[in-house]
Order: sequence, then C-alpha cells, then structure tokens
Amino acid sequence: MSSHDVMPDMGLYQPVTVEDAAGIARQFSTRGWLVGGGQDTYGWLKDRAKRPEVLIDLKGIESMRGIRETADGIEIGALVTLTELTTNSLITGRYSLLAEAAGRVASPQIRNVGTIAGNVAQDVRCWYYRRGLNCYRAGGNLCYADTPEGMNREHALFNASRCVAVTASDTGPALVALEAQMVIHNGSSERVVSAENFFVGPNIDITHTTVLRPGEILTAVRIPAKWANAEFYFEKVADRNVWDFALVSISAAMRVNNGVIEESRLVAGAVEATPRRLDRIEQAIRGKARNQQTADEVAALAIQGARPLNFNHFKMPLLENLVNRAVRGHA
Amino acid sequence: MNPKLTRRRFIKGVIASGAAAASTSLWYSVSGQNRPAGSVERLLSINVNGQVRRVDVSPQETLAHTLRYKLGLTGTKLGCNRGECGSCTVLADDVNIYACSTLTHEVKNKAVLTVEGLRAADGTLHPVQAAFIEELSPQCGFCTSGQIMSAVALLNTNPRPTREEARQALSGNLCRCGAYDHYLNGVMRASGQLS
Repeated sequence: MSSHDVMPDMGLYQPVTVEDAAGIARQFSTRGWLVGGGQDTYGWLKDRAKRPEVLIDLKGIESMRGIRETADGIEIGALVTLTELTTNSLITGRYSLLAEAAGRVASPQIRNVGTIAGNVAQDVRCWYYRRGLNCYRAGGNLCYADTPEGMNREHALFNASRCVAVTASDTGPALVALEAQMVIHNGSSERVVSAENFFVGPNIDITHTTVLRPGEILTAVRIPAKWANAEFYFEKVADRNVWDFALVSISAAMRVNNGVIEESRLVAGAVEATPRRLDRIEQAIRGKARNQQTADEVAALAIQGARPLNFNHFKMPLLENLVNRAVRGHA
Repeated sequence: MNPKLTRRRFIKGVIASGAAAASTSLWYSVSGQNRPAGSVERLLSINVNGQVRRVDVSPQETLAHTLRYKLGLTGTKLGCNRGECGSCTVLADDVNIYACSTLTHEVKNKAVLTVEGLRAADGTLHPVQAAFIEELSPQCGFCTSGQIMSAVALLNTNPRPTREEARQALSGNLCRCGAYDHYLNGVMRASGQLS
C-alpha cells in the first residue's frame, strides 16, 4: 500500500469551547475525528487507512490548557504537551514519574506538539492494523500478527483476545501508577474514570483502546496528592532511543519508610493492550525491605500467566528484569 | 546545461507560474464539493519569517506543503513526510516542530520561522548557520535545514548547552550521512564553547 504526500479532502473545524467541540463531534459521530497534537492522526490519513470526513481541531480550547493545583493534587489540561510535562515544576517536583515517562516519548519535535490526551488515547502500533488491513481491530475477523509467519516481536504477552496488539503509550502506565483520574466531557455532562478503567482490552472492546466514545472528549487528567513526592522508578526499553515505542516499560511508585515498602503501584507498558498493573508484585513486596533480595524473590511473579507469541519470548526476561530494577530502586 | 537553470530555480518557476496555480485550483474545485458547511476559511494570513503572507490553504494541507509549494520556501525539506526524520523542522512561536505533521491551519496564529528567515537583513548568516559552515557540519546537506532549526530552538532557550543537551535537542533530526558529531561541533561553536 502506498503512502501519499497529501491527505484526502476533509473538513476542518476549530471550535474554542468544549461544548462546541462535543456538539460537532456528536453531529459527525464516527465520521468525525478529534485532533490534538495530530501526531497519531496524520499517518492514518496519509495512508488512507482511516477516512474521517471532518477533523475537529481541539487546540483552540483554552479551558483544556495548563496545569493547575487543586484541593487534592493537580489537574493537567488535555492539551498540555509532553514537553510541558517534562519542564513544569509541579510535575518534575512532585510527580517526576510522569515527567520521565513523557520525556521518553518519540522525539523532541513530537513532544513539542503531542499532548497528554493524545498520548493516552493513541491507537495501537500493530503494523498489520496500521497498514489498513481488515483485521479484528479494524472490524474484520482475523489477526495477521498471531499467525505462524506473523511478525509479532512487539506484540502482547498477556490477555490477548483475538487482537494481540499492545498499548503504545508511555505516559499511560505512569498515570495508572499515580492513580490518575480521567475527566471526560460529552458537551453537557462530565464523567470521571480512573486511569486504570480508562484503558480497555480487546476482550471488552476490540475496536477501541479506551472508554472514549464518539462525541466524548478527554478534557483533563487529575492526579491525586496521594503519590506526590513518592519514590518513583521509570524505565523504557526500545530498539531506538528516539521515536521508538516501548518493547517493555515499567512505571513504579512506592512509599518507603525506614527501608520498608509500605505501599506501591507497579505498572508495565507494552505487554498487553492496556497498561498492565502488577498487583501480585505489589502484594508480595508490601512490608518487605526495598533491596536486591526482595527484588530477586518477587520479580518472577511478573511473568506468571504470560502467553508469548512466536517472536516475543524475549519480553518475558525483559519484563522480569525491569520489575527487578524497579523494586530494588536502581538500574 | 544552462548553469542558471538549477533544480531549485526550476521548481520555484513552476510554483510562480500560472500553470501550477490553475491546476491546483482545478483540483480543489473538483474535490472540495463534499466539504460540510461551517468548516474553516481557506484564505489565511500566516506570519512566515516576519512577513504576513496571504495564501489559499485547504483544510487538510500540511505546513510543509504550504511552505514549499504555495510560498516557494523550498529550504524546508520533505524527507519522510511522516514525522520520522526531521528534515522538515521549522519553528512555530520559537518551538521546533515537524512541518510535515502540522496542518497550516494549526499555525495560523503563530509566527513561523523557516531556514530562509534566519539570516539578518544585511545578509549576515545566523550564528548557527555560520558555525555549521565553519565546522563542515553538513555532508550531503539534505537534513541540514532541519538540524539548523532544531539547533536554533535549543540556543534560544539554552544559550550554552552541554554536548549531551545538544545531542538530546537534535535527537529528532536524522542524518543519513551520519554527520551527527559534526553537527554537535557546530552547536558547540555557535554557542561560543569552541574556538
């Protein structure tokens, strides 16, 4: 399939309020496409793999910008760029986990325009799907990656259901670790969903990666004070340091008192369709000393239940090693 | 071959000529009929290199396309057209972005700076341009305008970067010749840390 220099003819709306944007989105439903930074969008359109009739550019909506302190933590506007997350003092000071994750996304130019909402709402990177093939995720009835010849080195270890693609987001696992809340607006009312429930796997909805539906807009991300200034660990392993998506990433937040782990959240990226919370590890390390011995004892729990595909067995020791590093607290 | 007929002059000639204008307007008149009402105005005033330019821009048109084929600013290169190489890097309100992955309508309220807009009014090159020449930074030169724009964006916010900071700042620009260290030498020289 060829790529094209120009995108096909489309309408473009540039609303300045959430209500107007949601109204336009509702009017066009599946024929409309919300655009923030657009870095996940234009490739789909240039390839003709997705054919929306109108783009709804959200960047003119002032209320979706900026990072504010709230009574319980902070609220990050959906249009805040990944670069802003790496430089804002509230984020780098209290939630450095998110700053580190955002700083490892793609390249500087993409971080300069890519938004936090786009990073969590982006579609999966399975190349069969992105090529426009009529796979399960595209509404068809087969998977090209989970076949004897399928190139599935980057694909899922856990909870694959027909589709074996993984979440591409680096900030998603960090937000799940920080117990973030996602604020979703439909033009007339607002609903708040935990980051953990925001992402959905193919067993629940195979054609969406999040709970967002046509006419709904992710307007803000709230991070509670609970994990402010906790001990964090983030590491992303990818084939290239720039541009590339994670092969496996780990985001961890811990409360440690006198060397003993009181509470923790460990979340792995790029091993299933959603950020994967490692609750068995969290339970196993509670009350234990944060050291190499504890790490060695629990790390193997991370890969229990893994069902590797033909070419991604390497992700199991990779995940185990990243969990080991996160628990002991250094690379 | 006529030495005056370079590839660049030829492309610019085509852009300026009525033939190109006529063919694009035909394309738009044929393809623009199904657009829903209420969509953006096509006639834009955009600020490029300090000049306000009036230009007819279709809704889905990328900034790289507008710069190269409507405004004749061919210093901005198109390598991959997918946000994966960096040769189309320009500044929008002093922030470096990929012009191939930005709609022109998204920057209509911003000041766009391309490599053509860097030199001073008297023709003096920007310190980054001068330093890149001094350090023989480019090899084939295709990625150079993008590298220059990323270096300019860096030095605007961080006038004396470390080599590692420069490496990070230029990491969104590929160079297939592999002249990365030469570009970093250029950034060091432009920031007065190499003499």
